[in-house]
Amino acid sequence: MLVASVIVLAALAVAVHVISAPFRQERSSREADQTANRIAELEAARDAKYREIRDAELDLHTGKLSDQDYAAVDGSLRAEAIEIMHELDAAATIEP
Amino acid sequence: MAVVGRTLLIFGLISAIYGLCASLYGARAGGHVWVDSGRRAMYVLAGMAVGAFVILDVAFVRSDFSYNIVASGSSTTTPAFYRAAAIWSTQQGSLLLWVMLISCWSSLALFLTRRRVREIVPYAQGVLFTLCTFFIGLNVFFANPFATSPNPPSEGAGLDPLLRHTTMMIHPPMLYSGYTLMTIPFAFAVGALISGRLSAEWIAVTRRFALAAWLCLGIGILLGARWSYTELGWGGYWAWDPVENAALMPWLCVTAFIHSIMIQEKRGMLKVWNASLVLASGTLAIIGTFLVRSGILSSIHAFVSDPTLNFSFVALIGVMVIGSVVLVMWRRESLRTEARLDSLISREAVFLFQNLVLVALTAVVFWITFFPLISEAITGTQVSVGAPAFRPFVVPLALMVVLLSGIGPIIAWRRVTVAKLRRSFVFPVAATLVAFVVLVFVTRAAHVFALLMFSAGTFVVSAVVQEFYRGIRARQAMTSEPPPVALARLVRRNRRRYGGYIVHAGVAVALIGVAASTSFQHSRTATIGPGQSVTSDGYRFTYVRPTASATAEKISLGAEIAVTSGSQRVTTLHTSYGLYASQDPTQPIGRFFNGASTESRVGLKSGPFQDIWTVINPNITPLDGLVSRGDAVLGKALNDALREPPALRTRALSFFYQARDIAIRGIAQRFVTHPWKATFLIIVSPLVTWLWMGAIIAALGGLIALWPLPPPRRRLPPRSSPATPDGTLVDEPARARELVK
Repeated sequence: MLVASVIVLAALAVAVHVISAPFRQERSSREADQTANRIAELEAARDAKYREIRDAELDLHTGKLSDQDYAAVDGSLRAEAIEIMHELDAAATIEP
Repeated sequence: MAVVGRTLLIFGLISAIYGLCASLYGARAGGHVWVDSGRRAMYVLAGMAVGAFVILDVAFVRSDFSYNIVASGSSTTTPAFYRAAAIWSTQQGSLLLWVMLISCWSSLALFLTRRRVREIVPYAQGVLFTLCTFFIGLNVFFANPFATSPNPPSEGAGLDPLLRHTTMMIHPPMLYSGYTLMTIPFAFAVGALISGRLSAEWIAVTRRFALAAWLCLGIGILLGARWSYTELGWGGYWAWDPVENAALMPWLCVTAFIHSIMIQEKRGMLKVWNASLVLASGTLAIIGTFLVRSGILSSIHAFVSDPTLNFSFVALIGVMVIGSVVLVMWRRESLRTEARLDSLISREAVFLFQNLVLVALTAVVFWITFFPLISEAITGTQVSVGAPAFRPFVVPLALMVVLLSGIGPIIAWRRVTVAKLRRSFVFPVAATLVAFVVLVFVTRAAHVFALLMFSAGTFVVSAVVQEFYRGIRARQAMTSEPPPVALARLVRRNRRRYGGYIVHAGVAVALIGVAASTSFQHSRTATIGPGQSVTSDGYRFTYVRPTASATAEKISLGAEIAVTSGSQRVTTLHTSYGLYASQDPTQPIGRFFNGASTESRVGLKSGPFQDIWTVINPNITPLDGLVSRGDAVLGKALNDALREPPALRTRALSFFYQARDIAIRGIAQRFVTHPWKATFLIIVSPLVTWLWMGAIIAALGGLIALWPLPPPRRRLPPRSSPATPDGTLVDEPARARELVK
């Protein structure tokens, strides 16, 4: 019974410690959080766009896209990628 | 330790309720500290659930019969290997497994998204905590796995013999992993709909979980099919059983989802469709759990049922369905598509059509599976439907899915010229035509749908081979790598694409196996004695000799069957029929025969092109006289032993058990020494192995697609980098090349 009580109390102590940790940590500002989140999202969007550009290139080389179609697709994808990069630049500039 | 286990469950429930409240408060008040605290409550819940599960599993392994579910679901004679897995053969244990898996997967998902999609996460957390609260609440209030008995029995009832199969160690956890993983995209979709963040972000963070759910459900389904084929003794692997269908429906739905999210990611299209698909998949996962646990539809796969849980499950499913419809309707304006189809001859058009077929397939399976309940609600009588009700709808739809899975890989996104289209189709179509002509001659066009499935499968495999060939050639042109290196690097750098292609090829191979084994199967039942033979599909099956073995737990009556083709020996099959003893102490011998649990061991010779399968169903009526006589004599001996004074009773009982075991062995040996005719089910099926091989190929492809990509270059471009109007990175030629390699 003693062992069981010790295990239960230890589990409870660990649980309270883990759950309450954010309240004990130094709080970052909400704006800083939003900026960090925005950067993370833009980086994910940028990586996804890179993959799309690679996909289109592979489609060209594997004979699925004509040069003309590839030029149109690739152009618009790169324009979108650059747009994301500009947004990333802007977000990085205001990062505290 | 039962008290500790129960307390951990209660702590887990408190954590889940706290996490739900903290997440929703954090979402409403914008307090990320509360949301973070809620996320950590999920880690705590996972820890509690794992702790409780380990305590219970140790009780099973140690055969601690003070736990009620250990006494009812295990025994000291159950092999340790199966005792460790017996936990999920019980209602309470399987619900605890659900809680453990959902809390662990949720913890992983919330950890990976702790710095992403911050607007969506609080609501997603809320949904996940709601589901966790529901299931752990069932464990705490209705199905307590830690209930104990003050007077535990000295021996347990034992694990159901049908569950003593290797696949049962993996099959239930795989299915439950699939169901629980499915709740992650569901929760994030709900979070996206509530928060209004409806771009492809929530898809990007949960795509891998959807793929993992697809993989786990698929492996679970196949392991269940394998168990059915080798354990149940009816000769098939798929019976369109409600529990089988319960796993198939979310698998089909999530298959459609995995394809259609690509269209949203690339084109911003199909937002309503994707949200609806993922909400349907999540709800179907809960419906699947409900079907398995409730027993509302009779199933060969359902081993426990508890009608007291029905109301809770129906209420949860009702909330999920109504909530999903309301959310999609509420956000219908924001879910408007950002683009339109450029061309009907494009990959997105093929995906869209394939999605429609998959959803139609899900709807057909759903309707026919639940038809008995619908008919009962209307007419008061539950009508039973079987495989014939499914085939007219499922076969043509499956054929279309296979064909589309071949077209998708060889067609480009957005648009494609007729010349390119012709070039892409020449090889697969030519290979298909050759296969079709050959197969018409080989099969004499006996089964049209099977012939069409073989042709469609050939089309898919040849399309995938062509894609690999072209990919390797393209890579070689750019890098001059030798073919094996080019292949490895091609797959490594394009895991989603080439993993997906491998899945398509695997599914095609598996469905060729299904079509062949169902259409060209030879099956017959024969009642023969030792030395007698029957023929099937050109093979002679000779009942060489009976076999028998007996232990205190099980009597096994079997046969050795020699299979020959002409004068050539093909194989020798061993099949047996196991009779497991019940706990009835009044029938020392009859407890094996009167309503005892039984199992079949099939005799199977698997080959790449043909399976030879047989199972014995011995007639045990000739043993009735011996059994009755044994029960009378041994029953009296037991009573005499129990009347002995305590000092002599142990010895007397020991003699009784020895005499009983000798009698059991003697009765079993009677089957060998005085053999009589037994009934055999004999099946010769072509290409069954292709089903298992196709499944392994598809699982391999799924793993490749699931495996994380190498980390992309994260360096930001120089701030001064200008772009030309056409979007070319003029001052970064090296980087631009890097993008496309």
